[in-house]
Amino acid sequence: MRLKLVKQNTSFDFFSRWKLWLGISALMMVVGFASFAIQGLNFGIDFRGGTTVRTESTQPVDIGIYRDAMAVLELGDISITEVFDPTFDDDQNVAMIRIQAQEGQEAVTPETLRAVQAALSAAVPDIKFVSTESVGPKVSGELIQTAAIAVVLAIAAVLVYIWLRFEWQFALGAVAALVHDVILTIGVFSELQIKFDLAIIAALLTIVGYSLNDTVVVFDRVRENLRKYKKKPLNEVLNVSINETLSRTVMTSVTTLLALISLYVLGGDVIRGFVFAMIWGVIVGTYSSVFVASTILLWLGVKRDWSKKDPNAGGQYANIDA
Amino acid sequence: MLQIEGWKRVLIALTCVMGLLLAVPNGFYTRVEQHNDAVQAIALMGEDVPEAQIPADLRADRDQWPGWMPSSLVNLGLDLRGGAHLLAEVQVEDVYASRMEASWPEIRDLLRAERATIGTIRLQPSEPDELRIRIGEPSALQTALTQVRTLARPVQTLTGVGANDIVVRAEGTDTIVVTLSEEERLASDQRTVQQSLEIVRRRIDEVGTREPTIQRQGTQRILIQVPGIGSAAELKEIIGTTAQLTFQPVVNRTSDPDAVPGVGNELVPSLDEPGLFYVLETAPVVTGEDLVDAQPAFDQNGNPAVNFRFNTSGARRFGDYTAENIGSPFAIVLDNEVVSAPVIQSHIPGGSGIITGNFTVEESTNLAVLLRAGALPAELIFLEERTIGPELGQDSIDAGKVATMVAFAAVLVFMALSYGLFGLFANVALIINIGLIFGLLSMIGATLTLPGIAGIVLTVGMAVDANVLIFERIREELKTSKGPARAIELGYEKALSAILDANITTFITAVILFAMGSGPVRGFAITLGLGILTSVFTAIFVTRLLVVIWFERRRPKTIEV
Repeated sequence: MRLKLVKQNTSFDFFSRWKLWLGISALMMVVGFASFAIQGLNFGIDFRGGTTVRTESTQPVDIGIYRDAMAVLELGDISITEVFDPTFDDDQNVAMIRIQAQEGQEAVTPETLRAVQAALSAAVPDIKFVSTESVGPKVSGELIQTAAIAVVLAIAAVLVYIWLRFEWQFALGAVAALVHDVILTIGVFSELQIKFDLAIIAALLTIVGYSLNDTVVVFDRVRENLRKYKKKPLNEVLNVSINETLSRTVMTSVTTLLALISLYVLGGDVIRGFVFAMIWGVIVGTYSSVFVASTILLWLGVKRDWSKKDPNAGGQYANIDA
Repeated sequence: MLQIEGWKRVLIALTCVMGLLLAVPNGFYTRVEQHNDAVQAIALMGEDVPEAQIPADLRADRDQWPGWMPSSLVNLGLDLRGGAHLLAEVQVEDVYASRMEASWPEIRDLLRAERATIGTIRLQPSEPDELRIRIGEPSALQTALTQVRTLARPVQTLTGVGANDIVVRAEGTDTIVVTLSEEERLASDQRTVQQSLEIVRRRIDEVGTREPTIQRQGTQRILIQVPGIGSAAELKEIIGTTAQLTFQPVVNRTSDPDAVPGVGNELVPSLDEPGLFYVLETAPVVTGEDLVDAQPAFDQNGNPAVNFRFNTSGARRFGDYTAENIGSPFAIVLDNEVVSAPVIQSHIPGGSGIITGNFTVEESTNLAVLLRAGALPAELIFLEERTIGPELGQDSIDAGKVATMVAFAAVLVFMALSYGLFGLFANVALIINIGLIFGLLSMIGATLTLPGIAGIVLTVGMAVDANVLIFERIREELKTSKGPARAIELGYEKALSAILDANITTFITAVILFAMGSGPVRGFAITLGLGILTSVFTAIFVTRLLVVIWFERRRPKTIEV
């Protein structure tokens, strides 16, 4: 007996409602973008400068007490959140305190830090400071820039690679899917106000890699089938290709998700945001390689005869209504 | 048909065994770590130390792990081990100002000698990195310029051929402006950062922590990572403490470590000649606080030497002392060790001098650095600091371990359920894959970070992808009923282009992440990149080998994938 997530010989029609799928994707991108434009991302200190202090105590965290203890220090904007995690012990109460970057300082000065620790120790006697991170405004500005460059560079490199290995229509389809994934991921982070830090950029690039992986596998099959069925209309070729690779697409997504979900539940709170981004990315990436990349390819059309050079390469458009 | 040549089989098997062997030490982390520390400590005792002289606890530590086994470990990043991270920016501009300040007495003395033609000289207020001098007789401006220009010295750089260290220009009818030249600024920045780096390294080494990372980053930044230290504030204090540099008169040299130095004297060991001691007068003539510059240079005979310069008060004391003690040795002492004890050749006025000796170019460069090591040449501004407590690191390791195990088990079970026997083959490959990743990480001395663990978990999920592609393809080929052997062969053959394309594109993103990222993110890029390499290797070669061996033994008429 075999476990089969997708039964053999599927023949779903993925393109009968292609306008609907593209519409949904476009709408979600607009929502994501609007959320990003209106609320903005909840940037971590990596990107906006400032200091975070992680504390641990056996007493339950009372945010009011923490806030009052630090109020006298006049450090400007302070946010205090309690952290919950199934991996914590019963008497392990963790809080994250974020302090804005101080005027005229780069990283936090030892004096400021000592004052904060003294104030909190006075309020909560057994408090421990398990980690402190501080990033000056100078570096955070550069980090944001480097991160943006990294994402753009990754997408550009991929565009070139696929263009070389396939045709430009494939490259555009793949990149449209990537941009779709990146925007939706940023949108989810801004909508849910999850902390967006350097690790999330790593997750974004991984999503780019994963989504691409999926898209390339489908495209590879499309290329093969275009040679095999010279007379079939493009939408049928695409449909056959997606159906043939569907079992693999689902299998790989499931194994990856199995691994990621165990990391999400058991891996501790430090990397939870990072893992969340990747889980989201795997889901969105799988969807986009089928419904965005392939649909864009269908829309752009593609050179059919791979055996000899086409004099009007790229000039033939498939009949979408066929 | 389904065939793999014998030598290829041996090669594949050997690669796996090698990789796994390299990974084994990580399974006994503390033991191997203690073994490595002990081996290092024994090596420090000198070569050929008789076994009996090695302390018993060192021997016990060493014998915890067989010497013939690989003993490289994966470095644990700060986020896993706990420790402190600092990113400091060296304020290289500080040096320009102090250089200009220090050159004023020399210029003043020079111009004073020509007072008859130049007239009165007056220092005008200016930016800190330049000197503005007004002279009384505008007609003699050219003479004054020529005089000041004689002070210019050639810059020692690879590209700045013929360039001088200072630029002297006239402004208006009666003002001379002296600034550092562009070449000198570049050379000075280079030296300043190098010196700062050296000093930071010296001070951290003095505290003796394990494996600190002290690296130059960009043109004027220094990255400092010290595992196991309590906090970044503590680290800042260590960096902030000044090493003590003094210039002391030499009374005597001796090889007797128990020599009685006498009242007002002290016994100081030599830095690089073991067994040699100097008896020095305790009161220093000049201290490092008076030193403003030291640079590698060459003497009149073209031998490597070190130029140095004092500030005004240091210059006066140094000048007086050298005038009175020509022919006597003079000790340069750094942190209670004699760096060098040159003989005073002549009276050294003006506060600058040259130390000659039997130096190589490298030694003179190091000495210049050491001379300046008394104080940081420029202020350090800390741009970024992170402290991670060891408990948090341990929690992360524990959580990471559990998560990896569970992820691993889930994927193994799922694969076995989905593909049966072939799933088991893929599982063996997956286990080898993880071993290979750790083997490679240890071999290249990479650092494992928390996102790096996430990278491994992600690899566990994605590594089976190549196998899934192949197995799905074999299933398809079986449908067209070409017989199992042919189907397997075609499966591997046809899946290859998809596997390569898919993995190369992911690999490109890993490379970009590595190039652009820093710290933990880089750790993620490394494990992701290595994971891609090993998973392609295991899918294309290892599972294939397993399948082929199985097929040769059983010769099944039909197969079910």
